[in-house]
Amino acid sequence: MIATLDTIFTRHREQAGALLPILHDIQDALGYVPEEAVPLIAGQLNLSRAEVHGVISYYPHFRQTREAGHVVHLCCAEACQANGSEALAAHAAATLQGAKVTVKPVYCLGLCASGPAMQIDETRLVARVTTEKFDALMNELGARA
Amino acid sequence: MSITLYVPGDAAARALGADEVAAAIEKRAQEFGIKVHVVRNGSRGLFWLEPLVEVLTSRGRVAYGPVQAADVGSLFAANFIEGGEHPLRLGNIEAHPYLSRQQRVTLRRVGVIDPRSLSDYLAQGGGLGLAQARQLSPAAIVQAVTDSGLRGRGGAAFPTGIKWRTVLDTGADEKYIVCNADEGDSGTYSDRLLMEGDPYCLLEGMAIAGLAVGAKRGYLYVRSEYPDAIALLNAALDNAGDWLGDFQIEVRRAAGAYVCGEETALLESIEGRRGIVRSKPPLPAIAGLFGKPTVINNVITFASVPDILARGAAFYRDLGVGRSRGTLPFQLAGNLKFGGLVEVPFGSTLRELLYDYGGGSRSGRPLRAVQVGGPLGAYLPESQFDTVLDYEAFAAIGAVLGHGGIVAFDDTVDMAKQARYAMQFCAHESCGKCTPCRIGSTRGVEVIDRIRAGQREQIPLLRELCDTLTDGSLCAMGGMTPYPVLSALNHFAEDFE
Repeated sequence: MIATLDTIFTRHREQAGALLPILHDIQDALGYVPEEAVPLIAGQLNLSRAEVHGVISYYPHFRQTREAGHVVHLCCAEACQANGSEALAAHAAATLQGAKVTVKPVYCLGLCASGPAMQIDETRLVARVTTEKFDALMNELGARA
Repeated sequence: MSITLYVPGDAAARALGADEVAAAIEKRAQEFGIKVHVVRNGSRGLFWLEPLVEVLTSRGRVAYGPVQAADVGSLFAANFIEGGEHPLRLGNIEAHPYLSRQQRVTLRRVGVIDPRSLSDYLAQGGGLGLAQARQLSPAAIVQAVTDSGLRGRGGAAFPTGIKWRTVLDTGADEKYIVCNADEGDSGTYSDRLLMEGDPYCLLEGMAIAGLAVGAKRGYLYVRSEYPDAIALLNAALDNAGDWLGDFQIEVRRAAGAYVCGEETALLESIEGRRGIVRSKPPLPAIAGLFGKPTVINNVITFASVPDILARGAAFYRDLGVGRSRGTLPFQLAGNLKFGGLVEVPFGSTLRELLYDYGGGSRSGRPLRAVQVGGPLGAYLPESQFDTVLDYEAFAAIGAVLGHGGIVAFDDTVDMAKQARYAMQFCAHESCGKCTPCRIGSTRGVEVIDRIRAGQREQIPLLRELCDTLTDGSLCAMGGMTPYPVLSALNHFAEDFE
């Protein structure tokens, strides 16, 4: 971890307002922002640990624990609501109990003409999600026991 | 000779299978020994037709859609690479009534060009605004923007020229240009379409702003939910060479906080802090990013500027109605048959967008409520569908045009639930600075729950709470949450009984 952080700190040494870019790089590299990284970041940027912790905990994107298994973000915002996202969320909750996948809400993926929309593992977007399409994708992920 | 094909690389097209289609086309072409060049263009914004594949033939571009990977075999069998007949064949997509009736100005290159190619951009009329701006004095650039009547497209509709004039007139050793690409409103995606389909247009607009006010540095703050846009903007910057001169742009990735779309919270975030709203004054134009004079505008605002310089302020000013000049890219979303991007001058009506373009509901049921302007915009009932699309006409009925997002709901919608959601969203996304927003939103959820449980005497309390939010919040998060709540209560009272 220390070597990874050093590389990241070097990359951002000259950057003004570098905290968010540093946190992004750490999470991209390690999958999360470890608790042990907080004092090192604080020392690097001449901030208090509380300030760094405050920023990490403020932004929903940052996490301080590693995700176990797959993460599915279901859009819950108005445009997807208008196309049945609540029923889809209920279906997901009912069918994925005990599965190796975490379903989280997200407020808008920008696919508002093609809802309901979802994102798998922060990389793959899927639009016009029906319950059948959802089940097929979950089987593909091997998410179900 | 290779055949040029266009398969959108836009996130919405990819979410509907465009990557698989592109891969299938390349695989088949290789099997048949046909050389193809697949361009990953932006989306033309006709989402029910995505993935929309276009083939460049001797008679122009021929479109097919919506194409799935499984269709690629039959497309080759139908000789689609020469424009052959096929059930999915749409012909020249620009002749499609959905596009031919629009007046695309700012987004006219989106879906047409290769977004990664500066030469493509320049060949399609890009770059002329920047070239023109380099011949003008800063004051003359600001004057052109003022004369065009352009108002901020992020939602607040503040005159862009006045904002730029303030920054120009404020002396400082450093000034900044900041682009707000934190497009978090549900029902809006025009920023994303532009960034993924024509990123150079945005970069050009920011560079012109730099010349206008004397700034050498720009920041582009893009929401983390848009990884494709971030990648494309960075690719475009890498390929820009010295085209932007000494103006430097840095792309900043946001981190999922809706309130960072508020300009001062956004500045805090770039500076490396929690995205907490600042008190105004001082205006960002006087003391903005790192305390320096800062132009902060939305993506579409900046992207509108190159044309204003290249074609003259009068060209832009002559479009539109009243004090709403130029065009607005409306985004049809939610329960509509033909959801998509409709760029038209101000002055048409909501009904035209919903029915002439949108084709009514996707579910086939009657449309009952339409939310215009994002989660902080009012819900309009059918009786208001003839409202003219103009900032002042919307303000007159207690609504907002905002960023031009239009979310349609059919008659299965429960408006008391939507009002509750508006309060819940505010509670979820409030930055916590102002008490009415931080706490009032949670109390709002509780009051609406009681009303829904039959306690109608709580309705005056909900109205009072909305007054407190409106008057006691620094920014639009708390200040405008009452728009969806009160419009639901006023126009759909039966849902609260």
